[in-house]
Amino acid sequence: MDNVMNKSYNFKEEMINKKDRFVPGHRMCAGCGGAVAVRSVLRSLHEGDKAVVGNATSCLEVSSYMYPYSAYEDSYIHNAFENAGATMSGVETAYRVLKGQGKIKGEYKFITFGGDGGTYDIGFQSMSGAMERGHDFVYVCYDNGAYMNTGTQRSSATPRFADTTTTPAGKVKNGKVQVRKDLAAIMAEHHIPYVGQTTFLGNFKDIYTKAEKAIYTPGPAFLNVLSPCPRGWGYETSDMMEICRLAVDTCYWPMFEVIDGTWTLTYTPKKKLPIEDFLRPQRRFRHLFKPENEELLADFQKEVDKNWNEILIKCNM
Amino acid sequence: MSIRERLSGNEAVAYAIKQINPDVMPAFPITPSTEIPQYVASYIANGDIDTEFIHVESEHSSMSAAIGASAAGARTLTATSSCGLALMWEELYVAASDRLPIVLALVNRALSGPININADHSDSMGARDSGWIQIYAESNQEAYDNFLQSFKIAENKDVMLPVMICQDGFITSHGVENIELVEDELVKAFVGERNPEHFLLNEKEPMAIGPYAVSNYYMESKRGQRQAMLNARKVILSVAEEFEKISGRKYGFFEEYRMEDAEYAVVVIGSAAGTAKAAIEHIRSTTGKKVGLVKIRVFRPFPDEEIAAALSKVKAVAILDRSEMFSGTGGPLGAEVTAALYRAKVNAEVVNYIYGLGGRDITTDDFEKVYEELYRIAETHEVRDNYRYIGLRE
Repeated sequence: MDNVMNKSYNFKEEMINKKDRFVPGHRMCAGCGGAVAVRSVLRSLHEGDKAVVGNATSCLEVSSYMYPYSAYEDSYIHNAFENAGATMSGVETAYRVLKGQGKIKGEYKFITFGGDGGTYDIGFQSMSGAMERGHDFVYVCYDNGAYMNTGTQRSSATPRFADTTTTPAGKVKNGKVQVRKDLAAIMAEHHIPYVGQTTFLGNFKDIYTKAEKAIYTPGPAFLNVLSPCPRGWGYETSDMMEICRLAVDTCYWPMFEVIDGTWTLTYTPKKKLPIEDFLRPQRRFRHLFKPENEELLADFQKEVDKNWNEILIKCNM
Repeated sequence: MSIRERLSGNEAVAYAIKQINPDVMPAFPITPSTEIPQYVASYIANGDIDTEFIHVESEHSSMSAAIGASAAGARTLTATSSCGLALMWEELYVAASDRLPIVLALVNRALSGPININADHSDSMGARDSGWIQIYAESNQEAYDNFLQSFKIAENKDVMLPVMICQDGFITSHGVENIELVEDELVKAFVGERNPEHFLLNEKEPMAIGPYAVSNYYMESKRGQRQAMLNARKVILSVAEEFEKISGRKYGFFEEYRMEDAEYAVVVIGSAAGTAKAAIEHIRSTTGKKVGLVKIRVFRPFPDEEIAAALSKVKAVAILDRSEMFSGTGGPLGAEVTAALYRAKVNAEVVNYIYGLGGRDITTDDFEKVYEELYRIAETHEVRDNYRYIGLRE
């Protein structure tokens, strides 16, 4: 496994020449981070290895397996909104049993995807249970910070002050009141062998490497992928990569991994940008740039700084 | 030679599981079904079986994991009761529409609220439209026998539906009775191995399950489920015939007890049938009245024509429901049997009773009163109140 993980990353090899396992024809929006997350994660599967891919009910599910067309080259299961963790734990258990009986010869890997609603909120118990039981699969949260499939309702992953359809910015309210739940830290506290937090940056090495480690580390793994949503966030579809870059360079979205309890920062911005740079291009934060809301921007910055400092301490930096 | 034992209903079902040695069992504790996963866990701990137990954190996850395991190709089962089944509700529908041959050992218990741990059928009756085959037992022996037949019905390629094997909480599940067990080798040969046609872990052919089906496809999937239910009728009977060959015990959609010349009949599900039989013997020997019983074994698929035929010669029928459905007009068994009689143009007078909710006892005296009311109705053709409660505190 070590030599697998230490091999050098070649963008052309891994992202262009490698055969896709999440294939064109799905109905995800242009500029959607969810589709990029799935495609990137599945590309880190080694050729020859088989997989079963799962989905919580989500934009992804209704867009990638609309009967009779599946966008997955591998076997696929969708069950419901709140149970992607439990469902994949059943598949993975069946694999161990049938493999033990000699009925299956090849190597299978198990990867399930949920949005933040299906992971931070309604599917949290099911995922937590599956991770605690130690099933050998990867739970990937494509975190776009709201219930996008039903039209941008707030979730516990929605950042503070975001304008959503259930926390609208109005004359007397300034969007969501609460700060977001730190799910990656909560999953690290499950003492599972691998937790990673990532997004799409530059040549995709970070997400590729983390996905590969998550998939090929025996035991449960959790991967949190910031996945911008052009409709819910309100940015130009062509700007997705730039939005991701700003999320990490403002330290809004720290990229790290936790391997057997040891936290490591995998990206440090050369220059930490002010949070406004991340917020300004997004329609959901438009109200924060009214002159009377300067204080809210300062609050947001304070929250980002506090979280970043906590991460630095965890990573011994 | 069959093995004579004394077992509770839960022990009997657990013993059947041990003999079948299924692949995967996710389960979560809930009274009164908890003993079943406990026994299975001890079989696993002692190396008697190699089933993988998944210690899920809720019943919703237990059915979710069962769906994953069964879709992957494993022979899968779980056990639950009452609120546990209610928490699975969404998943019951998914299991049936995914056409997964999961078996659920249900120990019937009243649904909350108020919270109550004793027998009634509100849990399984609440799930009656979920697309599961439902088979009920009067006794430990029947719970065991039904369980042994379950996978063979579920996994038949013309059926491919989940099966619920029901027994009454505490009355059957915890009551210890004599039982005849089938020898291990005979069970093994009878149940066989699961050989799925399509499954996630098929190395030759990837498979996708659980699609988003728009209006253009959804209705056909439901019609497909209906066809499977229709096919199940034949399969249930043929599996019962095969089972008779290894056990000597005969099963059908229902049991007709002293119905050959009956003029007054009771229709009931579950353990109360035993009490009804005792009342029938007493009435026949003391009064000579021609009283009989139809005990429903298979509620889904609903054997409507057969039930109507069994009741075609009686003067009056009392249908006893162990669950409310709050339509204000009766219970679910009452509604379905009455409809079956109407469709078959059977002219018997019909009355519907609700009994035994939350474990309320029903006695031979109660049954005698029911039959007395049937004599009156048959004579006067006057059903004063066609929906009433037995044993209610005044």
